[in-house]
Amino acid sequence: MSEPVTMMAAPTRLDYVFTPGVAQSKNLHGLEQGKFIGQRCPKCRKVYTLSRGSCPTDGVPTDEIVELPNTGTVTTYCIVNVPFAGQSIEIPYICAQILLDGSNLSFMGLIQEIPTDEIRMGMRVEAVWVEPEELGPTMASVRYFRPNGEPDAAFETYKEYL
Amino acid sequence: MSPHKFPELTSGHRPIGVVSFAQYDNVRREGEHNEVEMLMPVVAEVFANVGITKDDVGFICSGSTDYLVGGPFSFVTALDAVGVWPPRAESHVEMDGAWALYEAWVLLQEGEIDAALVYCFGRSSPGDLTEIMSVQLDPYYMAPLWPDPTSLAALQAQSMIDAGLATEADFAAIASRARRSALNNPKAQVAYDRTPESLLAEEYEVAPLRRHALPPLTDGCAAIVLAAGDRAYELCDRPAFITGIDHRIETHAIGARDLTHSPSTKLAGEKAGLANKKIDVAELHAPYAHQEMILTEALGLSDDVSLCPSGGALAANPMMSAGLIRIGEASRAIWSGEADGAVAHATSGPCLQQNLVCVLEGV
Repeated sequence: MSEPVTMMAAPTRLDYVFTPGVAQSKNLHGLEQGKFIGQRCPKCRKVYTLSRGSCPTDGVPTDEIVELPNTGTVTTYCIVNVPFAGQSIEIPYICAQILLDGSNLSFMGLIQEIPTDEIRMGMRVEAVWVEPEELGPTMASVRYFRPNGEPDAAFETYKEYL
Repeated sequence: MSPHKFPELTSGHRPIGVVSFAQYDNVRREGEHNEVEMLMPVVAEVFANVGITKDDVGFICSGSTDYLVGGPFSFVTALDAVGVWPPRAESHVEMDGAWALYEAWVLLQEGEIDAALVYCFGRSSPGDLTEIMSVQLDPYYMAPLWPDPTSLAALQAQSMIDAGLATEADFAAIASRARRSALNNPKAQVAYDRTPESLLAEEYEVAPLRRHALPPLTDGCAAIVLAAGDRAYELCDRPAFITGIDHRIETHAIGARDLTHSPSTKLAGEKAGLANKKIDVAELHAPYAHQEMILTEALGLSDDVSLCPSGGALAANPMMSAGLIRIGEASRAIWSGEADGAVAHATSGPCLQQNLVCVLEGV
């Protein structure tokens, strides 16, 4: 009698063409020029970075474009010590939530140029961009963030974003 | 005591009506806007039609699938189109919006809330729809063969021909009528005035189906507002009350089904109380022309019923939305007075595997 079949492989691959939309296209073109672009909600006046075009609180289009600075605050972080398949950065490294100045939404970024045990909440950081000829419509245009030397931000300034 | 009249319902059921409907312009490829940007104007319109906001609905339910978007949790990000702060009671089904409407109807029956928003979205353009659709099939025997939906539908159409239940001319006649009806539907993607004879001159896509018997590939989205009891009359002069709604499914094993009939549609129609109703308009979700014949038989619709006055899924077939749009179009016929009784149908899965029947009535 033959052995029962207990496993089968059925490889599946699906390819997609991504439509970023009007809002995200503006963000991506900003990155192409080495700039962060935010969008302001006409109702609550909050500014969203990397927005998909609507205010998640009010559900209305965030039409007003706001150019954001290169600097921000680390709201929280983790130190990655675990190796995994496809890892492109040497461990240990710091993954942080960064709130750009003038923005009301943080996003995830890599922190470099600092020993991992010196990272802390409230640390002031700045973006380090790739060389101008390497800039593209992608977050890969930002190589990483690094401390910018300013004193730490007070907890009250970012406590709403944790 | 309510000053309003309501249709006769199963004992203990609340009268729940469709009071507003909106849909996106159905297009072959929406290359400019993302899903949130597509939904925002539709949600705004469905609320504006009845003068309410998100603060006036006690529940939000959506239908969509990440397989069409190509990214995880797309239904969560889609909520940004409504704005869900402060936190809202909300749910999602990985199905056509017609099933999201079913969930909202169940919640409204519980009596805690008086209105709900249902929305759905689906694009056919980001990926290869023929491949994406085959991933829904049983993973052991069917999916590894990557059968595309048109080929499976063609097997169904051929089995109808073999059983003497239909001819290719029947398919052409249905497509001709549907696309001519679609000329009056401003949201139709494919509408034309062509004779069945001219359609029969087309080449086969997959025999026995020619291009005319196939649905268009559509990007779109839609939304509906449901309201219960007196609230329905506050929002709408003539609500399209749901007198019965039911959905049934058949086995995933296509070879084990008699594809020439739809027992799940028949049963759903019976459970939805279709037999007792005078039906003027039927909006059937039949993506392939021959499927309209199967559904008409399963629902026992007589010849005097107006079939798919919107053009149905042959006019526009946005994934995860074409079913809810059928309920919206059937409701529209009731609001206008064109119909007193209507039936809407939604389908999911290959060859009409799963079917939902919604019976609507205006008083």
